[in-house]
Amino acid sequence: MSHETEVLWLDEQRVVSLEELVQVSGLTRTELLELVHCGALPVREERGASYFFAAQTISVARTACRLRDELELDVTGLGVALRLLDRVRGLEEEIARLRALLPRV
Amino acid sequence: MKFSDYYAALGVERGATQEEIKKAYRRLAQKYHPDVSKEPEAEARFKEVAEAYQTLKDPEKRAAYDELGKRPQGEEFRPPPDWTRQHAGGEGQFSFEDMDFADLFSRFGTRRGGGPFAGEAGGMPGQDFEIPVQISLEDAFRGTTLELQLQMPEYDESGRLRRVPRTVKARVAPGAVDGQRLRLPGKGGKGFNGGREGDLYLDITLKPHALYRATGHDLYVDLPLATWEAALGASVEVPTLAGPVSLKVPAGTASGRKLRLSGRGLPKPRGGAGDLFAVAQIVVPSQLSERERELYEGLRKVSDANPRGRFPEHA
Repeated sequence: MSHETEVLWLDEQRVVSLEELVQVSGLTRTELLELVHCGALPVREERGASYFFAAQTISVARTACRLRDELELDVTGLGVALRLLDRVRGLEEEIARLRALLPRV
Repeated sequence: MKFSDYYAALGVERGATQEEIKKAYRRLAQKYHPDVSKEPEAEARFKEVAEAYQTLKDPEKRAAYDELGKRPQGEEFRPPPDWTRQHAGGEGQFSFEDMDFADLFSRFGTRRGGGPFAGEAGGMPGQDFEIPVQISLEDAFRGTTLELQLQMPEYDESGRLRRVPRTVKARVAPGAVDGQRLRLPGKGGKGFNGGREGDLYLDITLKPHALYRATGHDLYVDLPLATWEAALGASVEVPTLAGPVSLKVPAGTASGRKLRLSGRGLPKPRGGAGDLFAVAQIVVPSQLSERERELYEGLRKVSDANPRGRFPEHA
């Protein structure tokens, strides 16, 4: 028997703290901060010394963790890979938007 | 269980050095890693490669794997009792019914007592899982309850890895878009020895729709118009996910013009909605009746329209 479970949307609206990102991403605090400083992980808000991120950053950080573990990338490599993946995602969205304009007939 | 030929998965000889195994893994991981690869079957291929590397990179696991001998890929297989006793901690009643081949090698170290994570302070967190889920546009519009039948690897009290069937129900509120990710805390693999439960992540994609094309929360639909509707303007009915609505087509609408129906796209999770764009497509009859031909001929005679006015003039 199973019950309906809590579902969290990983989108731009919900905000997560750096500590939560450490807990769910598999990256260390140091690695996450390095990715923030090289611009690969966008910060939503800074409150004092604390960073907060859009919840969709969880997916990005988890991707970084997989790339670190499975492709043996260091943080510099991760930063480059994440920025390129973000560009690919943006281009794919643009292609999807342009395709949506094309008639089916 | 089915035998996996780990050397074949990595494309190396059985006598390959550890360095050759590492190089082969890196080459294949870069090619098939699902986060970066567009190769067909990349995810499945990467899983094979990663599973093979997990065993062959560890000399102790590799030696145990080699003891199983050379067998055809996918052959039905049971490890010999001696091997099980020596490497997998099995004593007599060991069952392989709910195990994968890779699970055999996750048992390394358990025979020394205390399970695979013996000595880990605070236990070991459960594994996170990420699974793709495809839903219809109608489900994204109205919301839906997913009922997922999963086979989760879980460690029992003695540290044995088992594939356990589990059903997870998740309510997806209206407004999911293509590429939306959802997190179900605590619904991944079970933690071991007091560790927290893993999480389950759902990667949502939208099934292609016969009528609409979705991009984010906006939808696009072709709006076929007769030539006179486009030229003179018309009021037409347009289907939306919430039912048909009337749309005023302005006179002089050209093919490809986007007519916006505000708020008629997919709902947004925190209020509001995307738009529906009706893209005008002027439809010309493939066959004309006698009377239609007369009218078109008459139009040709009186019209001074020049649709190719922007073309350069030739001398």
